[in-house]
Amino acid sequence: MITYDPIDREASKILLAARGLRAAYAGTRLDTIAVDDVSLTIARGEVLGIAGESGCGKSTLAAVLSLTARPPLYVLGGELEVGNRRLSFDPKERPPRAWRGQVVSLLPQGAMNSLSPTTRIGKFAIDVIRAHEPDTKRSEALDRAAERLEQLDLPPRVLRAYPHELSGGMKQRVITVLSTLLNPALLIADEPTSALDVSTQRVLVELLRELLHRELVGGIIFVTHDLPVLRTIADRIAVMYAGQVVEVGTTDEIVDRAHHPYTAALLSSVLVPEPQIRDRRITGIKGSPPDLDDPPPGCRFHPRCSLAMDVCQTDPPIVGGDRQYAKCWWSDQHKGEPVGAKL
Amino acid sequence: MTTKLTPNVTPDDGVLLRVDSLTRLFGRGEDAVRAVDDVTFDLPRGGITTIVGESGSGKSTLARLVLRLMEPTSGTITLNGRDVTRVRGAELKAHWRQAQAVFQDPFSAFNQFFTIRWMLDRSRKLLGAVDVEERMTTALEQVGLRPKDMLDKYPHQLSGGQRQRVMIARALMMHPTLLIADEATSMLDASLRANVLNVLVDLRDNSGLSVMFITHDIGQACYISDLVLVMKNGKLIESGTVDEVIFNPQQEYTQRLLADVPRLHDLSDA
Repeated sequence: MITYDPIDREASKILLAARGLRAAYAGTRLDTIAVDDVSLTIARGEVLGIAGESGCGKSTLAAVLSLTARPPLYVLGGELEVGNRRLSFDPKERPPRAWRGQVVSLLPQGAMNSLSPTTRIGKFAIDVIRAHEPDTKRSEALDRAAERLEQLDLPPRVLRAYPHELSGGMKQRVITVLSTLLNPALLIADEPTSALDVSTQRVLVELLRELLHRELVGGIIFVTHDLPVLRTIADRIAVMYAGQVVEVGTTDEIVDRAHHPYTAALLSSVLVPEPQIRDRRITGIKGSPPDLDDPPPGCRFHPRCSLAMDVCQTDPPIVGGDRQYAKCWWSDQHKGEPVGAKL
Repeated sequence: MTTKLTPNVTPDDGVLLRVDSLTRLFGRGEDAVRAVDDVTFDLPRGGITTIVGESGSGKSTLARLVLRLMEPTSGTITLNGRDVTRVRGAELKAHWRQAQAVFQDPFSAFNQFFTIRWMLDRSRKLLGAVDVEERMTTALEQVGLRPKDMLDKYPHQLSGGQRQRVMIARALMMHPTLLIADEATSMLDASLRANVLNVLVDLRDNSGLSVMFITHDIGQACYISDLVLVMKNGKLIESGTVDEVIFNPQQEYTQRLLADVPRLHDLSDA
């Protein structure tokens, strides 16, 4: 049963709290649990980065949070609180449409390539607004979009353009602005910079900051495998592995003092243009992420972990702390000691 | 634009590929886009030469011209001392055996209904009368995959990194002298990316393969390259070793490109 419980969040700094989210892809024989008991909080005005390898459930989590899960993806359970609204997931109920775009807006991966080539950009703006406010006149919707673009230093004439007339970077910026026309509480951007080169990446990151600064969105979840980009925008980072959040911390904590061996391994495979990367061979993380149909027992990372102990093979690590934690037996036994030097 | 006569190139052992005043226009008249504009460079044998630049700088057009998948407007391409700018028919096929490529998207490059063996077997068309099976096995081993595990798999059973390594193996089956990797690692995550880059480094070190590596990611260029060429608006604006171009760039454009690269740590820490 889906419920809206009015709760007093006026004074609270929490923008979104997600508890115990579980989602699965239905298979012919068994279901693949792609998001397994994920809990997250985001403060007002915060950018939360979600990092991890391909296939660890980042995009699935984005779909669950934005209520855009479609078969074969099913949300099995969990709870979302955004502002003063609460939503309990029930596999038998369809989530309320009104949330999408207004409460949570998703900028999916490759969004800029999904624009219909025969439709002017302005039509998308009209669609976004009319989906929620059906009585709005076309001209009024276009004016609102033009005003918003101008406010963010983008030329309003793009509304008359067709998608092919815009560069990749411009398309991505325009689509970002259009997806936030309704001032959603939370914007979820899934790999928004991955198809862009470094210069346009920087411009997009600046646009996202501007959206937050002007309070056009309440907070941002930035999903990417690109840790250096997260470094430039995220306040906190959650690292996902095999459908679970394995470490959460501020960006500095994650980048400089990672407590989970997986986070440290991810960081060590980053290629930055600095002389020291030419001195050694960067190997990446050995092996590949587990098959989620049949994840390994104990800690899911243990088959690939160089610090794995006996306990890691049998018992799932206990999560310590609330705001910042690493789901790891090694770091549990070495309180406060960053794992970086051990690898 | 001066039209060059086919130069009588003396085979130069150090140079594998010579590109001379290569130009490609799209459209005509005043509106023509100079996608590749009077580009001249030598690509040394047995090294990794990286071409960096923003989207739209002409990197991929240059690759397509060298591969002869697209006709140049003017200029010449010389591979192994042979002018291949206008070759046709059997000679063009011979060029395609010499110059092979791996492209950006390892997900759309496969037909998902067929096994890896089926896909690699299609090389027969270009290879002719050689032992295709044997080439398949050797090539897969060269990229660090076990042929017996891999050949009967379907594309969906492989990760992006494995797929991209299969694509490299497919190219290697031709015994090419030049491998062009056009953004071959851009769609992979950091861990798999390092993996694929190492395959290219090992091929250079162990088999003396020459690689033309195209990327917009200066971090990757820095890790893998022997030489770096920087393109902007179709023109080659800077070239040299990694130390020269990446750690001591002369052109303002290259400096700006480097400044935009997000770092993990502040430069002052390093």
